[in-house]
Amino acid sequence: MVQPLPARLPETPSQTAGPYVHIGLIPHQAGFKIFETSFSNVLAGPDAQGERILVEGRVFDGANEPVRDVLIEVWQADAAGRYAHPADPRHASADPALCGWGRTGSDFETGLYRFETVKPGSVVGRHGRPMAPHLNLWIVARGINIGLQTRLYFADETQANAADPVLNLIEQASRRETLLARRETRDGTTVYVFDIHLQGDAETVFFDV
Amino acid sequence: MAEHREFLQRDRRVHPPAFTPEYKTSVLRAPRRALLSLQNSLSEVTGPTFGHDAIGPLDNDLILNYAQDGQPIGERIIVTGRVCDEHGRGVPHTLVEFWQANAGGRYRHRNDRYLAPIDPNFGGCGRTLTDADGHYVFRTIKPGPYPWRNNLNSWRPAHIHFSVFGSGFAQRLITQMYFEGDPLIWRDPMVLGIPDRAAAERLIAPLDLDAAIPLDMLAYRFDIVLRGRQSTVFENKLQGN
Repeated sequence: MVQPLPARLPETPSQTAGPYVHIGLIPHQAGFKIFETSFSNVLAGPDAQGERILVEGRVFDGANEPVRDVLIEVWQADAAGRYAHPADPRHASADPALCGWGRTGSDFETGLYRFETVKPGSVVGRHGRPMAPHLNLWIVARGINIGLQTRLYFADETQANAADPVLNLIEQASRRETLLARRETRDGTTVYVFDIHLQGDAETVFFDV
Repeated sequence: MAEHREFLQRDRRVHPPAFTPEYKTSVLRAPRRALLSLQNSLSEVTGPTFGHDAIGPLDNDLILNYAQDGQPIGERIIVTGRVCDEHGRGVPHTLVEFWQANAGGRYRHRNDRYLAPIDPNFGGCGRTLTDADGHYVFRTIKPGPYPWRNNLNSWRPAHIHFSVFGSGFAQRLITQMYFEGDPLIWRDPMVLGIPDRAAAERLIAPLDLDAAIPLDMLAYRFDIVLRGRQSTVFENKLQGN
């Protein structure tokens, strides 16, 4: 016999967010106004430091159809790679004009989602190894039983991506490309296009974090 | 500081897998490749925090927060509970959001075409921050079941959707609360998608008469457990020493 370990309470099971997730999390998209302040897809205030970017794309299902009822949240560091959270040793100097978190629903017609933010800086990873600039994404929708975690990297950060400890964990090099957002310039605005494939040949890499 | 520790690995056996074909929408929305396991970095142990400035005074009162010319129709209930981690420690000052149908099972959502009517005095969403011990409370109308296009005669049990943050982005969780005694629960493919029946039972809120307000409203109790953190300090591992 050995001593019993202290009991660990089991985590509450996940359930799908369902088709009407907008009601609770982005009621303006469900079609009504209720809260004084609503959360939004605009992370960067006018004074935010760094390169202003739009991030947009669509989420595709296994039939390659856009998912029109998906909800996406983003969590990111500021332009200098600092998270506004006490676990980050540099959080005290994190950019106050950047809300590192945002949420949005895809458009009900086109399936397009969009965030307005700044490009994050490189974040210190495990063992002090730098991670290439990235956004952390969390995806929920009808038909998704437990939220999917993934990362968006920037395709033009070739050198940093090549050294990124997380991208390099992906055994099949071709799958790393599923995490790279493509840079475009539209009317002087920098846009990163990031499509997410839930299933199939182009399936995006999802993480168990 | 609890914030500086890595999360315990998520036990996926308590969660529904991605592919649960009895819930038809999951068939084309389930990744088929294995998830890539990732050791925590700052990107996972950090997450957004919310202050009281984000929350309005009626945000946790669904009986009043969309009242136009009266109060909503239905069973008046209080829902209380505690958000804690796997070690039983309360998760303080974290954002809890909730949304639901009205007493007739109709959502105030432009995509809901169910013939049951909208309640003009009911919005169906709310939010609150947990207190210093992890407790939360809101009051609402008990939602009704509603039909959905899965099988021909599929009905969701009465439920309230919950969204919880915790202190790190890897704790992010969305779930649903069901009501004690509802005969639809064990016919529901979302509930039955959870492989472990004991885990599914933890989504069923018991009636809590002690929390009821006599002559006013009944109460249900729904506790939520988020992932716990390891006992070793994260920064030591981060720096590789």
